[in-house]
Amino acid sequence: MTQTLRPPFDRAQGDKAMERIIADFPILARPTSRGKRLVYLDSAATSQKPRAVIQALVDYYEQYNANIHRGVYEIAQRATDEYEHARVKLARFIGAQTSEVVWVRNTTEAINLVAYSWGDHNITAGDAILLTELEHHSDLVPWQLLAQRTGAQLRFIPVDARGIHVLDDLDRLLDGCKLVAISHVSNTLGTIAPLETIIPRAHAAGAVVLVDGAQGAPHLPLDVKALDADFYAFSGHKMLGPTGIGCLYGKRELLEAMPPFLSGGDMIRKVEYTRTTFNDPPRRFEAGTSNIADTIAFGVAADYLAALGMPWVREHERALTGYALERLATLEPRGLAIYGPRDPARSSGVISFNFGDIHPHDLASILDTEGVCIRAGHHCTMPLMEKSGWSATARASFYIYNTEADVDALCEGLEKAARVFHI
Amino acid sequence: MDDFYRDYILDHYRSPRNFGTLEQPDVAAEDVNPLCGDQIRVELKLDDGKISDVRFSGKGCAISQASTSMLLETVKGMKLTDVAQLPKDAVLENVGIGISPTRMKCAMLGLRVLKSAAIGKLADWPDEE
Repeated sequence: MTQTLRPPFDRAQGDKAMERIIADFPILARPTSRGKRLVYLDSAATSQKPRAVIQALVDYYEQYNANIHRGVYEIAQRATDEYEHARVKLARFIGAQTSEVVWVRNTTEAINLVAYSWGDHNITAGDAILLTELEHHSDLVPWQLLAQRTGAQLRFIPVDARGIHVLDDLDRLLDGCKLVAISHVSNTLGTIAPLETIIPRAHAAGAVVLVDGAQGAPHLPLDVKALDADFYAFSGHKMLGPTGIGCLYGKRELLEAMPPFLSGGDMIRKVEYTRTTFNDPPRRFEAGTSNIADTIAFGVAADYLAALGMPWVREHERALTGYALERLATLEPRGLAIYGPRDPARSSGVISFNFGDIHPHDLASILDTEGVCIRAGHHCTMPLMEKSGWSATARASFYIYNTEADVDALCEGLEKAARVFHI
Repeated sequence: MDDFYRDYILDHYRSPRNFGTLEQPDVAAEDVNPLCGDQIRVELKLDDGKISDVRFSGKGCAISQASTSMLLETVKGMKLTDVAQLPKDAVLENVGIGISPTRMKCAMLGLRVLKSAAIGKLADWPDEE
């Protein structure tokens, strides 16, 4: 682990710390089929996993695989302990109480849980739901469906040409608003939302605030109490954990007032043939056998990030984004278009771009031949693409294991694409 | 994959043949590649069951646009019933070298839309038949 090398460290120490981090990720040591070094610049889609997380999965299945909560034998007790201990770890990681952490599959499920359980019982015809123009489909479609079910109205905080939130009309947008749902960080442009401005004003207007933290929790220091978010949704797999496990934070009094979302085993207190008394939160919202191994491994992922320190993670990504923006800017005279904030203080490790008339999918295919993994397409933000007049963009995104050498490899790949396409 | 982007492919990408729309098409179809959002629309003019004129429009990557452009160059005079039977090789013979499995849908989009126009309903993906 890298606990002893927290920032600020000098350059030489920093390089050593980076080497140790990279060595924790087995996949980064595997060359591609073309013998290239794997340059993974798609962590906004899913992060790579450190050995400790992978080992936690193996340990569960090899040493104490058992169902949780009702087993009385030793390995069932251990499984239950480890599973619930992961909840303690995640609660600590985001600054919440343990009972406020609900396990879900991913951010999408967390948002749907709130849309159905809280939304169907609190939103009525004529209410407004305020989103932003940056939202991922997962923080848009559930609210469209809620609006259709209830007759509520959707409104959007606009963003400018650089993807920065425009708050000039915020008070008018908040008038009559019951819910604000906003991504902490844009997955397409990297914009960090001004939550410290929006949340108090939303509360003053009487609205509940859900933060889509899929790109926030993995990258930024987080204290949900200081932020005063009412709900905060995020996924394990974007923050070094496995797929299939995510987290919904909800303020205790909100969760307590919410009816179940999915029903069945484990979420009950007492069941009779015709009626049921439900369990308290968080287990009220965790019907059926849980994703035990992945939950435990998610806890290990949170340990890993906590040991690095989220301020270090943020500073590392800010510096790397700054370096990448500088390097990419040298290609602008040759037709590279960079979208999103140009100030790395306002963005979080995501850069969207296009290069001349090369379609992003062709760009991604050419970069792939050099071992460079980027994403291309609409990034599940089709309305933003439409508004911006982009049919698709290429996106590079960074995480703790990326270095300036990875940015250099990206730029060399872009040079190659320029040669292939004669631009 | 970089072997794929040969000069004639880039030529068809940047200057697609039969690109545009027909005044009064007899049949037409369009579809998108859900993977990447590439769009293709194909319009056909018919004469006695045979294709007398063809246009396509849309946007997308070099693979989808060049594949469609090259495919449509070969279909004038072809019977609709024959178009409906065109195999994926009708595309791969033109562009086959170097297409990775992840990009096969891009190459097949134009053929799928052409066959859809011919049969009057959405055709199966040619690479999944």
